[in-house]
Amino acid sequence: MSHLVSIDNVDMRYGGASGTLAVSGLTMRVDKGEFAAVVGPSGCGKSTLMKLVTGLHIPQTGVVIVGGQQVTKPVSIVGMAFQNPTMLPWRTTLENILLPLEIVERHRHRLRAHKREYVEKAEQLLEIVGLRGFGSKFPWQLSGGMQQRANLCRALIHEPELLMLDEPFGALDAFTREELWCVIRDLHAAQGVTIILVTHDLREAVFLADTIFVMSARPGRILKEHRVPFERPRDLDVMYQSAFNDMVHALHGEIAKARVVA
Amino acid sequence: MSAMTDTATQAKAAAKPLMARINWVKAAPWLYTLALFALWELLVMALDMPPTILPAPSNVFAAIAKYWSPIWKNSLQTLYTTTMGFAIAVVAGLAIGLFIGWSKTIYAGLYPLMIGFNAIPKVALVPILVIWFGIGTVPAVLTAFLISFFPIVVNVATGLATIEPETEDVLRALGAKKMDIMLKVGIPRSMPYFFGSLKVAITLAFVGSVVSETVASNYGLGNMMSSAQSQFNVPLVFAGLLMLAVEGIAMYALMAWIERRMTGWAHRSTMAQ
Ligand SMILES: Nc1ncnc2c1ncn2[C@@H]1O[C@H](COP(=O)(O)OP(=O)(O)O)[C@@H](O)[C@H]1O
Ligand SMILES: [Mg+2]
Repeated sequence: MSHLVSIDNVDMRYGGASGTLAVSGLTMRVDKGEFAAVVGPSGCGKSTLMKLVTGLHIPQTGVVIVGGQQVTKPVSIVGMAFQNPTMLPWRTTLENILLPLEIVERHRHRLRAHKREYVEKAEQLLEIVGLRGFGSKFPWQLSGGMQQRANLCRALIHEPELLMLDEPFGALDAFTREELWCVIRDLHAAQGVTIILVTHDLREAVFLADTIFVMSARPGRILKEHRVPFERPRDLDVMYQSAFNDMVHALHGEIAKARVVA
Repeated sequence: MSAMTDTATQAKAAAKPLMARINWVKAAPWLYTLALFALWELLVMALDMPPTILPAPSNVFAAIAKYWSPIWKNSLQTLYTTTMGFAIAVVAGLAIGLFIGWSKTIYAGLYPLMIGFNAIPKVALVPILVIWFGIGTVPAVLTAFLISFFPIVVNVATGLATIEPETEDVLRALGAKKMDIMLKVGIPRSMPYFFGSLKVAITLAFVGSVVSETVASNYGLGNMMSSAQSQFNVPLVFAGLLMLAVEGIAMYALMAWIERRMTGWAHRSTMAQ
């Protein structure tokens, strides 16, 4: 009933009729407030899925519905963050975070008059992700992990209902990654935002998500949907439980099998 | 090189405090220039060159002093035609660069044309410009413009055409139009390329204006040098060359300064690598 995202039997082909069929027969639903993770072999169409949900690509067949409306153009209730933080180097971190407000229709006309209010909100977000006082620094003065934190703030500044994360922690070292898992976990708990996380890190998926979707090799479709049983709030210690490891193990097996089939 | 200068500085610091206070890296360009002139002077003396083949620097400086009034007038004229042509090149280059970088199709269609145009030696265009505009200032300005606008166009267009697809996706997902992406990302991003290209462009503009003045004008350093040459006044030819070098260095330094002032961020961020 309260699906925020529903994808029905979607085919997406790149580059005309004879091009690459990236996903085929893709069907999945994500509830409001849910944390969903999508895992699958590389090249299976995970990024394509992100672009279908945000309206950057329109599928040839099937429908994508986000927030009760069929997606036919980019949907601005979505925030996005990629592996590559893509901060603009000529803007300070704070100005980078405010960038979406200069674009999104319902904010761009208010921005000038309500600058104070927006700056305060950006600073609140910076504090939540542990970057208090770094707003005036330029992105190249921040470490990779700090840039990715700022990137999350930018994805959240316009209060999106849906946050799409495409392998956001892929380029970070193990410790920084775990710190950012906790940041995301707390953001999800505090803001009530729906999150779809694409990742190849199965421990990350199991630690963070309520639901894990396993995709087949290209053309991608959903092979299996898992509920993650662990209680929230989850602590990093949960990763040392045997049930956690069993789940990671099972997922690993499924993806290995999906790859072999391809 | 700076390490060598450092040890030299330290060695002298013990003996003479005065020598230690000189910034050798800063002084180096002047010292090297002086050394070049000294070497040149010695070479002319040693080989006993006649001034009609290679005049000594002292000879050239004497010519500058002697003909100061025409040299000064012609230098100003050349500086004027060059900066005029350069200014038009900046405006037109920026506009055409933005236009070409706007879409992949325009980029693909116009790029070969631009390459073809750039391959034409601009001196070959001077006769055409003379037919259209007569001899004098106008063809010199236009030649300076034609020769210097290409690097500006290419750099601006490249800056626009190489926006990271992820950045574009993030903005498009928020509902950004092409215009938003250009204003927020494309144009600021291409500014380091643009300001970087000015140094190349100003140097080329001098080439264009002097070539045109040499063959089709009654004013300017190019014209002065070609008439001096026909009178075998070789020291004056070299005086003209020296003035051109001075103007070229001054304008280059100005462009480098503007570049540093306008796009300091690019020198610190990864984009400059
Ligand atoms: N813009 C594009 N044009 C053509 N083919 C593409 C494009 N983007 C992705 N593909 C192809 O679609 C398939 C799925 O890509 P993608 O969704 O990026 O996979 P993943 O993110 O799971 O690694 C790949 O085979 C890729 O080569
Ligand atoms: Mg991907």
